Amino acid sequence: MASLRHEIRIAAAPDEVWAIFTRPESIPEWFPGIDSCTVEGNVRVIKTTIGLEMPEEILTNDPIIRRFVYRITSPVYRFHLGVIDVIEIGPNDSLCVYSTTAEPDALALIIAGATMGALAQIKHLAEGP
Amino acid sequence: MGRKILFITTDQQRYDTLGVNGSTLARTPVLDRLASEGIRYQRCQPTSVVCMPSRASMLTGQFPSTHGAWMNGVPLAIDAPSVAESLHDAGYATALIGKAHFEPFMDPFGRFAENSLASLGIPTIEQPWFDGRRGVHRGFDYLEFATHGVMGPLHYAKWMAANHPESLSGFYQVVDGDLNVNAAGGGDTGAPQVKINDVPREWYHTDWVAQRTIDWLGAQSNDRDWFCWMSFPDPHHPWDPPKSEIGRVPWKDVELPLNYPERASEREALLDQKARHWRAWYDGTLVSNYEAPAKWVPATMSADQVREVNALNAVEVELIDEAVGRVLKSIEERGWGDDVDVIFTTDHGEFQGDFGLLFKGPYHVDALMRLPLIWRPAKTTKTTPGVVTAPVSLVSLAATFLSVAGRPAPAWVEGDALPQSDDEARTRAQDATVTEWDSALFGVDVHVRTIVTKEHLYTEYGRGTLHEGNEGELYDLRDDPLQRVNLFNDPSLANIRATLHERLLAHADRPGDRAKPGILMAPV
Repeated sequence: MASLRHEIRIAAAPDEVWAIFTRPESIPEWFPGIDSCTVEGNVRVIKTTIGLEMPEEILTNDPIIRRFVYRITSPVYRFHLGVIDVIEIGPNDSLCVYSTTAEPDALALIIAGATMGALAQIKHLAEGP
Repeated sequence: MGRKILFITTDQQRYDTLGVNGSTLARTPVLDRLASEGIRYQRCQPTSVVCMPSRASMLTGQFPSTHGAWMNGVPLAIDAPSVAESLHDAGYATALIGKAHFEPFMDPFGRFAENSLASLGIPTIEQPWFDGRRGVHRGFDYLEFATHGVMGPLHYAKWMAANHPESLSGFYQVVDGDLNVNAAGGGDTGAPQVKINDVPREWYHTDWVAQRTIDWLGAQSNDRDWFCWMSFPDPHHPWDPPKSEIGRVPWKDVELPLNYPERASEREALLDQKARHWRAWYDGTLVSNYEAPAKWVPATMSADQVREVNALNAVEVELIDEAVGRVLKSIEERGWGDDVDVIFTTDHGEFQGDFGLLFKGPYHVDALMRLPLIWRPAKTTKTTPGVVTAPVSLVSLAATFLSVAGRPAPAWVEGDALPQSDDEARTRAQDATVTEWDSALFGVDVHVRTIVTKEHLYTEYGRGTLHEGNEGELYDLRDDPLQRVNLFNDPSLANIRATLHERLLAHADRPGDRAKPGILMAPV
């Protein structure tokens, strides 16, 4: 089991950062390489740029503590847990943390690598041009 | 018109796999002839012994500690310098056909252009360039990719799936269900990464790369020079060449490599002279890097497995030689024969049984570091054929391409153009090369620096998970060409060690801007 974490400091209010990704169907807007998704209840199926489909189960979407937790349920994963937290640093200053725990280990590395692009895009959207 | 450039690379090919370099297994008449017509380098070193950092050095003319792609899985920055951009600016048509690997393969989101171009169905894509402009991807007008099999989103895999789906199952599955390098054995001996592949030869990736190169060249006009990087994925594992060809080199007739003592106790005695991670990997107590199967223990490898791997490797080398011959013939038929510089090399070597090991890792010896390199200058230059014995490096390729194109080397290039003779190397005081290794994967980090001169191969291990920072290896290449006797702690060689240490320090302190080290995005 491998567990990795990436974070980014964002010059925006925590609620503004949270608003970017709390809607499950918004993921193509902020996760590079995801072209589209469908959402039914707590099941989200994403489709990547190269046409790969991955089903996910959304476990937590908590606006109070600003925590979004999901797991990829593709059979290739023996385990996956993705956690996105927004932590208030100041009124216009947030820390966004994206954690990935997965088995096989190689998949954790691959997904975590992609989450860095997601964090950069969240920052871009939150801070604006 | 100027000189055109055909840059041919293979992947993971040892120096001694060419006939002209002493191979007794593979017959390589085409490459041998190129060597006889041009310059053959007897000691060419990579900047890294794994694919991505080494290939990035070919493109940028920089060491990994400068270009920032410091280990496999770390992408080369999209706006890193590129010799292809400079050649494009010089008016060259530019193509890369085959294996690129400047960006990670394991990319389910298709975030990297190398993995998305085939799906997008376009020959290149606009990207930021080093100098702030935007232009074609890393300077290439045309890109068509292949790697070591038929899985994934690259052009060759898609071509096979669309045209020959019945042959997909013949290929070895490079990674296992955990996405680790597969340890499963095959062939006659159960050697890892070996499979008898019933794919017809003409559908195998070696011939595909050659044919796609011929097709691209055929589409070029006579009034424009070109730079074509033809990049074969072989003879990198898996060793699964077409079954129709494996009779060329019967494995049972293969002599064991000079550096593979058949007695385990002798192998172990050799390994015990080296830094501790050598023996730990051999015994299966350590996995320091992704590039070898995590579930395979080198100590379990039999002599027959070494024979079979070497036989299949030789078959793959012969197929490459013949593919190069086809491409050169097409160039001759086009009337370009006198105007083309041909440069042949590889990115790094392969153990192939040396010291009882296979594959590669943080082990800086000739098996992984001594590479074939041939430069056949355009015949119009009337270059005197010769052999260069001075150490040279792949970091010199970018400046060499630019010199062929009549362009000055830009400030970002760290390597001078290749010398064409030992006299020229001496005049330039070009007498040593450096190879770097840095890796950090799942809690294990390894840092290695090696300098090679005509006389010595000297390695220092930096502080990391496996080393205290005071270990090293020193081999006398004149008395010990197989690097069996580690003289690092020999007090009589203290002066030599001190001199080589100073030269490594000078390398670390060399002038020039460094890119910020890239971030690990995938295992490979």
